[in-house]
Amino acid sequence: MPGTENLKHNKLVIVIMGCGRVGGKLASMFDAAGHKVTVLDIDGYSFRRLPPTFSGTALIGNGTDEEMLRKAGIEGASAFIALTQGDNRNVMAAQIAKHIFKVPRVICRIYDPLRKDIYEQLGLESISPTEVFADLLFNRLENVK
Amino acid sequence: MAKSLYIVIVGGGNIGYYLSKALMSQGHEVLIIEKDVRKCERLEDELGSCCMRGDGCETAVLAEAGLNRADVLIATASQDEDNLVSCQVAKHRFKVPRTIALVNNPINDKIFKKLGVDGTISVTNTILEHVEQEIPAHPLIHLLTMSGQMEEVVELLITRDSPSVGKSIGQIRLPADTTIALVIRESERPRIPDADTVLKENDRVIALTTLDSEKILEKLLLS
Repeated sequence: MPGTENLKHNKLVIVIMGCGRVGGKLASMFDAAGHKVTVLDIDGYSFRRLPPTFSGTALIGNGTDEEMLRKAGIEGASAFIALTQGDNRNVMAAQIAKHIFKVPRVICRIYDPLRKDIYEQLGLESISPTEVFADLLFNRLENVK
Repeated sequence: MAKSLYIVIVGGGNIGYYLSKALMSQGHEVLIIEKDVRKCERLEDELGSCCMRGDGCETAVLAEAGLNRADVLIATASQDEDNLVSCQVAKHRFKVPRTIALVNNPINDKIFKKLGVDGTISVTNTILEHVEQEIPAHPLIHLLTMSGQMEEVVELLITRDSPSVGKSIGQIRLPADTTIALVIRESERPRIPDADTVLKENDRVIALTTLDSEKILEKLLLS
């Protein structure tokens, strides 16, 4: 089975789509923790966010393209995380990773909470930063009074 | 006239516009959802009150468009991922019986169907099919994709070098989901083959198959 050898040593093979602030940070965190990371972005300039010590792979390409995902090594990946600015792009790439490539763990960022609910109901593990951040602020202020 | 349908079109570009015009003239009720305010105005000036401004991927917008009574949703935006989401939201949230998406990247044809979109139209593939039909020796031509299923009708031209030449259909181990429906031979009437029909050079074979099995079929009959 692809990726098994790496799993034995608790080493994850992670493909991250989108090297923005979150994607770049997450990629360097996993890399520093000794995991195998590939980060994809359509804009090569975004890779400036990766630290000089980054030992993973940075690939220019569109993660909604099946071919590109294959090039990024999705077939042997243990996790796929969709972190571009576009909800729809994330949703599409995450579903390809989950349903076409059968990646064991797929997480998708969806800003729109309503859209997040729908895809969660469809079995896609999704996080809405909008919801998380609004909750956080709300709870902080509520707890003050 | 056939039953009048309520059809929602996402995207008011050229395709959305001509599609609406054609469907309206057939007596259907059409609503276009378009983000761009100027495009909306232009559509309304021409076609009357038929356009709603909004993002056709958003649940709230689709709810306002009355999607729960829609018979068909057609997604014609320029980005494949937007069309996928419109169709999936329509299907799963509003139970629209038929969703159709325009796709640019031909690979997405297959992917969208696996992800639950009923019908896909690939501009790239459509043009390719026309080119394929112009080239007589092209191995496998897609003739028709069955609505809402993974099934399709394809045509294969048997050449002198094909491994199936001289074999009877019964000898060819076809995939379970594949049927050879018709053999067209020059100067003969097309006929429905049986297990004893022997394939010859220049036969045109029309087969019913699936997206997954077409490669196997191509291999068995042609190379």
